Amino acid sequence: MMATVQVLGTRQNTAARTRQATVARIEGVNKNYGPVQALVDFNFEVRAGDLVALLGPNGAGKTTAIKLLLGLAAPSRGKVSVFGGDPSSTATHTRVGAMLQVGRVPETLRVWEHIDLFSSYYPNPLPLAETLAIAGLEDLRNRKFGVLSGGQKQRVLFALAICGNPDLLFLDEPTVGLDVEARHLLWDEIRKLLARGKTVVLTTHYLEEADALADRVGVINKGSIIAEGTPAEIKSRTAGKKIRCTTELPSAVIQELPGVSAVHQDRGATVIHTSQAEDVLRGLLKLDLEVSGIEVSSAGLEEAFLALTREDKI
Amino acid sequence: MATASTVINSAAYARQGNVLTICFKEAKYEFLKSLRNPMYSVSTLLFPIMFYVLFGLVMGKQMIGGVRTTVYLLATYATFGVMGASVFGTAASLASERGLGWLQVKRATPMPPFAYFLAKVVMSLIFSAIVVTLLFLLGVTFGGVHLPASAMGRLALTLIAGSLPFCAMGLAIGYLAGPTSAPAVINIFYLPMSFCSGLWMPIMFLPRFIQQIAVFLPSYHLSQLALNLVGAGQGGPALGHWEALAGFTMLCLGVARWGHQRDERASG
Repeated sequence: MMATVQVLGTRQNTAARTRQATVARIEGVNKNYGPVQALVDFNFEVRAGDLVALLGPNGAGKTTAIKLLLGLAAPSRGKVSVFGGDPSSTATHTRVGAMLQVGRVPETLRVWEHIDLFSSYYPNPLPLAETLAIAGLEDLRNRKFGVLSGGQKQRVLFALAICGNPDLLFLDEPTVGLDVEARHLLWDEIRKLLARGKTVVLTTHYLEEADALADRVGVINKGSIIAEGTPAEIKSRTAGKKIRCTTELPSAVIQELPGVSAVHQDRGATVIHTSQAEDVLRGLLKLDLEVSGIEVSSAGLEEAFLALTREDKI
Repeated sequence: MATASTVINSAAYARQGNVLTICFKEAKYEFLKSLRNPMYSVSTLLFPIMFYVLFGLVMGKQMIGGVRTTVYLLATYATFGVMGASVFGTAASLASERGLGWLQVKRATPMPPFAYFLAKVVMSLIFSAIVVTLLFLLGVTFGGVHLPASAMGRLALTLIAGSLPFCAMGLAIGYLAGPTSAPAVINIFYLPMSFCSGLWMPIMFLPRFIQQIAVFLPSYHLSQLALNLVGAGQGGPALGHWEALAGFTMLCLGVARWGHQRDERASG
């Protein structure tokens, strides 16, 4: 375990990271499904050894980006390359693992049988026992897939993604539908892979998940990357507070208070978005002695998106 | 954990795992998967056997088309059996796996796509062999079927080889049907085809217009090949029946190919 911690430490040495090779790149890509624009002028780069999170709401285009990188879909315009080559080629697929969202997995095969089959596809697979251990499936190896719980099923899909010992791993919403405990277990497993030098691209709509795992986050909305940086950088841009209160003050007046980014009315209350909650509260109390029902909350992902999309427009 | 040093330098390998191993495992697990799915394994084996017992063995000593009923119906129900094993074996799982994302998971791996389809065909062939064997055992044991071993062997091989066109038909349906509608779509083709080809009730007992339709059905041609071998065919050279089956196979593979390309366009 000590070794893991040390590796994590060196991995996050930023000076070293700038020298890392690019393993996957999406350049100026548009992707249309009929009249629907799934991705618009999309640019994205993954460097070796990083964990990159694509963070965005449902339908933002995260899964489409993953499909392009896996060669399961072709861009309408622009260029996608993985390990410098065609993402749909067999040569690329031998170095890549993917955990995709799937409606139904054959239910009558046992856990070890699924892994045995997928392992055979790759030239240098992990030994079965090791795959089972990494995914925490030793005790479930003889269970049929159909009888597993949701979290256990996700772990099997995770095992299938890693069994070929890939250099680059794609995880599309790996923890969706999992309870907190199962989610943290999977996070631990993902961290172990990073410690082994793997590169990981994951999509999520949980800000918390990107924060816990990622070296770099690309916030994606309506088919475009609208913000990109380390989790700390993203948070600093979105770490606003939300103040909810009942006041007679007109929005225009509140708007003038320090650090207020937006004001709107919601079910009879006034909602204020700000980066300086304390200053706004002082100002509010000074201007309106009658102000009541004050609630202050951290901006959630929804607010982060609101803030980021607003910046996007300016 | 000495694994930190395994930081990948793997441009050296570009090929997938051994193709023969992949094909073998793919077929093995396709077979296990189907065997453990009673919807497929039990109904594939049970219905032909049940029908043969009810209509064949019970009728006993009567004669049809110059041979004992048990011999005649052995040929037609074996045709019915291999047809069901093949169409259901390929179409139902393909429709479900491509409709619900499993095929896409496999396409993201280095698995050669032909291994996936080959596995379904091999699995269907094995089930065809099982259903033929069981029917033969029943016929010989309880139906007084006395055929030379060489004739039995030729009949079995004909039926199993003749199941391939129905595997092709299954692939075509698997590409056209949705994941939940597939079993219904299969039955819409499978049951009327079986009836009109005289697989349940000997063809000469069917109305004339159905007999006229039958010559356009692949199931008719396979049943006639089987009946020829037991001396109860309606005549016509074997080659013509094989040609009809080959033509039907090409047609189905063409439809499957079209469906495959349609899928590729939809996702890519």
